[in-house]
Amino acid sequence: MKRKIIDKIMQFLIYTSGVLVCFVLLIILGYIVLKGISSLSLDFFIRLPKPVGEVGGGMVNAIVGSFILVLLSTLWSVPIGVLSGVYLAESSSSAKPSNFSSVLRFLLDVLSGVPSIVIGIFAYSLIVLPMKKFSAIAGSFALGIIMLPTITRTAEEMIKMVPRSIKEASLALGINYWKTVFFVILNTAKPGILTGILIAVARIFGETAPLLFTAFGNRFWHRSLFEPIAALPLQIFAYAISPYDDWHKQAWAGALILILIVYIIIFMSRKILLKYR
Amino acid sequence: MLETKLEIKNLSAWYSEHQVLKNVSIPIYKNKVAAIIGPSGCGKSTLIRCINRLHEIVPNAKVEGQVLLDGKNIYDIDVDPMEVRKKVGMVFQQPNPFPTMTIFDNVAVGLKLNGVKDKKLIQSTVINALKEAGLYEEVKDKLHHYGTHLSGGQQQRLCIARTLALRPEVILFDEPCSALDPISTAKIEDLILELKKNHTIIIVTHNLQQAARVSEYTAFLYLGELIEFGLTESIFTAPKMKKTEEYIMGRFG
Repeated sequence: MKRKIIDKIMQFLIYTSGVLVCFVLLIILGYIVLKGISSLSLDFFIRLPKPVGEVGGGMVNAIVGSFILVLLSTLWSVPIGVLSGVYLAESSSSAKPSNFSSVLRFLLDVLSGVPSIVIGIFAYSLIVLPMKKFSAIAGSFALGIIMLPTITRTAEEMIKMVPRSIKEASLALGINYWKTVFFVILNTAKPGILTGILIAVARIFGETAPLLFTAFGNRFWHRSLFEPIAALPLQIFAYAISPYDDWHKQAWAGALILILIVYIIIFMSRKILLKYR
Repeated sequence: MLETKLEIKNLSAWYSEHQVLKNVSIPIYKNKVAAIIGPSGCGKSTLIRCINRLHEIVPNAKVEGQVLLDGKNIYDIDVDPMEVRKKVGMVFQQPNPFPTMTIFDNVAVGLKLNGVKDKKLIQSTVINALKEAGLYEEVKDKLHHYGTHLSGGQQQRLCIARTLALRPEVILFDEPCSALDPISTAKIEDLILELKKNHTIIIVTHNLQQAARVSEYTAFLYLGELIEFGLTESIFTAPKMKKTEEYIMGRFG
């Protein structure tokens, strides 16, 4: 009898926790949709922000800016991250793992715990100060650093998950070691690594703090990558703390778009994983 | 007339301090099938991995002695293990097609990554290899599907085709049927008999009937030592050594 009661109580607790988790997400999503959907219009996607005081306008520069920032960050952090992942995975399977690999693994864990605003300050002093201006380059430098630990550690784990027999099959075909690693093992780990990259992308899409003093934001089109650039989270932040009602509404719409983009990215990453299963 | 294709001479192998092979010498004859039998852990797999130098990828592995391929020691300092592995192909215990590659690419990848650029040559070699492996008719309409969607036996024949694409002279089979059902096993055995016309074959097997069915010569290994080597028929009907007889009668192993 007692056993059954405990069983029921545990069941109840587990189910409620599960429902609660879904609930939190649904409430956030529902609230943002409720607040944001009314301000969504075609204008929002194709127009620049209007001057202060005028109603209307859109966030096209911020949407495009966010994509540019994410693309630039991905461009530099993915190769470095994946190659470091290869190094970590391969060195751990060799006879005597080097000390450097355990140092690197530790540093990456530390790096993933560094608050993003600190990384922003770092990019500010390293790039913005010497160049004497805010820029897309500085912004994507900061975002890329945030991506690095995730990409490297996922790549390492995914490469380690490739069965030994795959490596042996490739070497037994007379394919040399580096080609085996780059064209066979990486190819096998590709779905997992892509998922890791997409999760990192989804994370930096919403990052605001490191962009505050690197990309800075811009109410107009950026003229080059060496100029301040708008980004969706920055624009949301600027509008949300403004005193204007119309801007508040636009901030909600921006939040809705941001969350939708992130969902689409996560959805895609799941698709990729399932495709190869 | 027997021509020796491969000669294993006084071969000893270690993993770290643990000696797995003790002074093994076996001649392998051209266009014949040689079976290596013995209880688990007797060094069968290590022995054939020494023939394509695949044991080297295990950290701290060590070898002494010689393996002569057409008279040339593959452990000589001027020999590139990659060249050895192109001449000595290998089929593994578990079918292991490359999971993210199509059927076509699984067979083509060995050529492509070994520097073959000619697309037509690749195309024709792949199709020939699939035909030789007896798989072409079953997969000709789905060459661009993933290889992992095939059945276990088909996957194993795909792995054989992958090896054949490189035109190896010797093919090593490491318990190729231990994961397969009887019908797939029969197909692989027929294939081995077909392949020996143009290849020299060494097969490691746990299945004594299989050794009797496919091989002309049999080597019996026990605890890393070669106990007996000879014609399969005489090993199975009139073994010279007591250990061999006991193993074949099923008294241990």
